[in-house]
Amino acid sequence: MAVVDRPLSAGGAARLDAQALQGGYRRRLVVRGVSLELRGGVVTGLLGPNGAGKSTLIRLLAGALAPEAGRVRLDGAEGAAGGARRRARQMAVLPQGEPEPAGMTVRDVVELGRYARGGGARGDGGGRAGERRALERALELTGTLELADRPFLELSGGERQRVLLAQALAQEPKVLLLDEPTAHLDLRHQVELLELVRRQAEAGLAVLAALHDVNLAALFCDRLLVLAEGRLVAQGRPEEVLRPDLLEAVYGTPVMVTRHPALGVPQVHLLPPGRRLRPAPPLSPEGAP
Amino acid sequence: MQPAPPPVTPSPSGEPDRPRLPPDPRRRRRLLLALATALALLLALLAGAATGAVPLAPLTRLGPTQAVILLQIRLPRVVLAALTGAALAVSGTVLQALFRNPLADPYVLGVSSGAALAATLVIAFLPALPGPAGWSLAWWALPAAAFAGAAATLGAVLALGRLLGRPGPATLLLAGVALSTLLSAGVSLVATLQPSRLGPITFWLLGGFSGADWRAVALAAPPVLLGLALVLSRHRELDALLLGEERAGYLGVEVPRELGWLLIATSLLTAGAVALAGMIGFVGLLVPHLLRLLSGSGHRWLLPLAAGGGAAVTVGADLLARTVVAPGELPVGVVTALAGAPFFLLILLRVEGRRERWPWSTGR
Repeated sequence: MAVVDRPLSAGGAARLDAQALQGGYRRRLVVRGVSLELRGGVVTGLLGPNGAGKSTLIRLLAGALAPEAGRVRLDGAEGAAGGARRRARQMAVLPQGEPEPAGMTVRDVVELGRYARGGGARGDGGGRAGERRALERALELTGTLELADRPFLELSGGERQRVLLAQALAQEPKVLLLDEPTAHLDLRHQVELLELVRRQAEAGLAVLAALHDVNLAALFCDRLLVLAEGRLVAQGRPEEVLRPDLLEAVYGTPVMVTRHPALGVPQVHLLPPGRRLRPAPPLSPEGAP
Repeated sequence: MQPAPPPVTPSPSGEPDRPRLPPDPRRRRRLLLALATALALLLALLAGAATGAVPLAPLTRLGPTQAVILLQIRLPRVVLAALTGAALAVSGTVLQALFRNPLADPYVLGVSSGAALAATLVIAFLPALPGPAGWSLAWWALPAAAFAGAAATLGAVLALGRLLGRPGPATLLLAGVALSTLLSAGVSLVATLQPSRLGPITFWLLGGFSGADWRAVALAAPPVLLGLALVLSRHRELDALLLGEERAGYLGVEVPRELGWLLIATSLLTAGAVALAGMIGFVGLLVPHLLRLLSGSGHRWLLPLAAGGGAAVTVGADLLARTVVAPGELPVGVVTALAGAPFFLLILLRVEGRRERWPWSTGR
């Protein structure tokens, strides 16, 4: 997992570019002037405390929420132009929360990813056989081919998330936005899912993932953005962003940052106030550096 | 960890083209279900046309009187019942998908009552003006008013649903009960204010096809067929909306526009059914519910199945209504309520008992 020395220049031109984006709900402004770029081949992590505006920013970028100011450009064209169908051909979004598509199997759910591509014989997917191939590819990439005929609601949390990722990949997007994709997943399924996302990025996808877990973000993201009270307060490589002073100011709790003993990426440790500090003994003979 | 799958290949043309995804195992069952539904509808239509005060044997030569009975009384009646049943079941299917709630149907949500109130107003206050060939103003005013009433009520329910977030079955049911009680009170109020029209209002509210003629069919058919065509053309959108409006939008569905079309279609279907047959409950709730359990939620299959199933059930209910107490006749709404209410309670028990939104939670 060579994460640290991946070049940031990969991918060339910006796939998604937001300028001075502002927006929120009713009279409450949540996102206050955010500019960012997503490039192909790069996984960008979006960090920030609860209520910082991560989900709102994703909704603004995804076009689910109209911005009050600023603009979003997808592949150089205005995001809102061409409507939902055109947007869905370029960008897939995994919002938070679990859908309850009663009476649908995995095949049904993933197949809906082909909606914007026309589906059936009238689309641009190369007819019926092309549609079947696209469906198979999305299922295979996410390891969900053998789940195809299971009812979606009978799946475990980790399987459901992989199926929803398969649906997103069936859209054949250039940009993928993920809002807390690893919430409620156990360790193995967190790693599995983000590894799948990384592999798609390596094949050229531009990814933005809002993540709660800063350590997971450091392990899987090339770039990190930190959002606080609706503004971007830091961006850069994990080792540039994950600084104790910045994290303490943003999250409001003391932390310590060390290097991952095996991978070298920064890892953040909580430092609850009032504890006696002592150097940690090694957990196992070969566990300590 | 999963075994590493290969990354996305930009050109799919280079892949060997052998299917790795087995064909959908539900296909067989769906074909059988479609066949069974078509057969049931055919049998119901035949039985409905054959049975009555003058029995007509199928496949025999009919005398002139019998031909008149078949063509002018029986056929319009079964056709009207079939149209009404298809309209109710399909609008129930759509409402259940829009609300992602198994208890939604035009009757429960008060949409039928909205159509009924508007239609009652027309019956009560619009004098039947004689027109050319027996056509009067009220004849087209009734369905038009029913459409307006249905659309207004459905819009109000959708707005209420949005206000409540995503209401669970019980909340939605209570909101629907409150709304239909209010609208029914309006119907009673109108009836009290116009006592001279109480007879026609009551007769019409009880629901039924006893006055059916080809004119009624000609009036019911356009809104119902238009509504059916609109809904059938939106089967992919309905599938996507089962994931929620936000996800449907990300998949490329123009959500506000599609909701608008579906609202118009549902109002057309409900109005067509209510304007010509009065209040017939439970067909819109139970038929899609049972068919969804059997065929899964894919609306490409479910919508035509619901149309056929609803038609068969309603023709059958009408047949019962006019044979059980012959030579008298029960209102069809009474028959569907007698058969449907226990079913409805059963669904409610399953839904609330399991604390699930949907009793048809499995796709098999």
